[in-house]
Amino acid sequence: MKIAIASGKGGTGKTFVSVNLFLTLRNMGLEAALIDCDAEAPNAMAFLPARLASETEIFEYRPVIDTEKCVFCGKCAEWCEYNAIICISPAKYIRMDESLCHGCAACNTACKYGAISDSQIVSGKKSVFEFDNDRCLAEGRTEIGIKSPVRVIKAITDNPFEKEYDYTILDSPPGTACPFMETVSKADLVLLVTEPTPFGLSDLKKAVNVLEMTGKPFGVIINRAGLGNHDVYDFLKEKDISLWGEIPFEREIAELCSEGKSIKDELPDIKRKFTELALKLEDYGNSRN
Amino acid sequence: MKIAISSKTESLSGEIDSRFGRCPYFAIYDSDTQSTDFVVNKAADATDGAGPAAVGQLAAAGINEIVSGDFGMKIKDLCSQLNIQLTIIKENLTIKEITDNFKSK
Repeated sequence: MKIAIASGKGGTGKTFVSVNLFLTLRNMGLEAALIDCDAEAPNAMAFLPARLASETEIFEYRPVIDTEKCVFCGKCAEWCEYNAIICISPAKYIRMDESLCHGCAACNTACKYGAISDSQIVSGKKSVFEFDNDRCLAEGRTEIGIKSPVRVIKAITDNPFEKEYDYTILDSPPGTACPFMETVSKADLVLLVTEPTPFGLSDLKKAVNVLEMTGKPFGVIINRAGLGNHDVYDFLKEKDISLWGEIPFEREIAELCSEGKSIKDELPDIKRKFTELALKLEDYGNSRN
Repeated sequence: MKIAISSKTESLSGEIDSRFGRCPYFAIYDSDTQSTDFVVNKAADATDGAGPAAVGQLAAAGINEIVSGDFGMKIKDLCSQLNIQLTIIKENLTIKEITDNFKSK
């Protein structure tokens, strides 16, 4: 089962929940893996004793225009959704803007004159890490200057491990745009992490809206519970969205996170919250089979 | 000579749009006939690269000069290759005020 830990808003605690849920599942003796899909700013490994095991480059398509063969018909420019190719027929002018290209290769299909040939650039890296003598951690990292991390997310979520895991946690990128969609599309269940503040609610609504359109099963985890107001709870009730767990707003948690540490035995109450969440996931997984 | 002005509306009494790539219309002033036509900016709602696409549209229509509130780096580079003159007007002038100014030149 793949579980995406996502949120509309940044900084709600996706990585905090992902890492601690992963550790809890492992401590329970379950086969669990974690993929950091926030390919623009991956940092889940900073919270774990992870040792780099392998690193692979991820490539992305780029067209090369042969101006000798080009008849300046403008078909490729017309097909390009991102306006990366500008063709001005009367002036016999054509230009490809590398920074606007998403690497979809539609231009290549559009060209009937063989004027577009293929090339590739490195758009990111796919890394696998070892934890507890098991290569069960992975991360995608987009190269600087690459327009969209989607290609890297696609590559990293396409089974980066040597074996199958019962639980694979996908630590998702923030927001509700393409990187979010690419990640949640790979998940069997999405858990949205939010905080009970007006900002948390506003962005949660966006994420809920998008997920409702996809028909994906999803639930909510409220982080920093006790902060803000009751509006998030009212919203969940009104929409009949299941609340998977609540993590209280506590100084000790923030201190541990700021030191790059995970929740350990010193916070038994919080540890129990994660155990409850893991058990709920186990139940959910079993009920699906 | 043909001059394109980024425009908020399809009217001479409407104001110049301070944005180039995503303005809804272009006022096209023809200095030979001293007349002004309006065209829709097809790139206004583009996902990406609205500016370069708008230049493409205007260049194909034989525009020699573009007037707007400002231009991005991509546009400056592209227009210098295409020999299109760029003019920046920061005040909220109407299209008529701008074309009258060209007429008096």
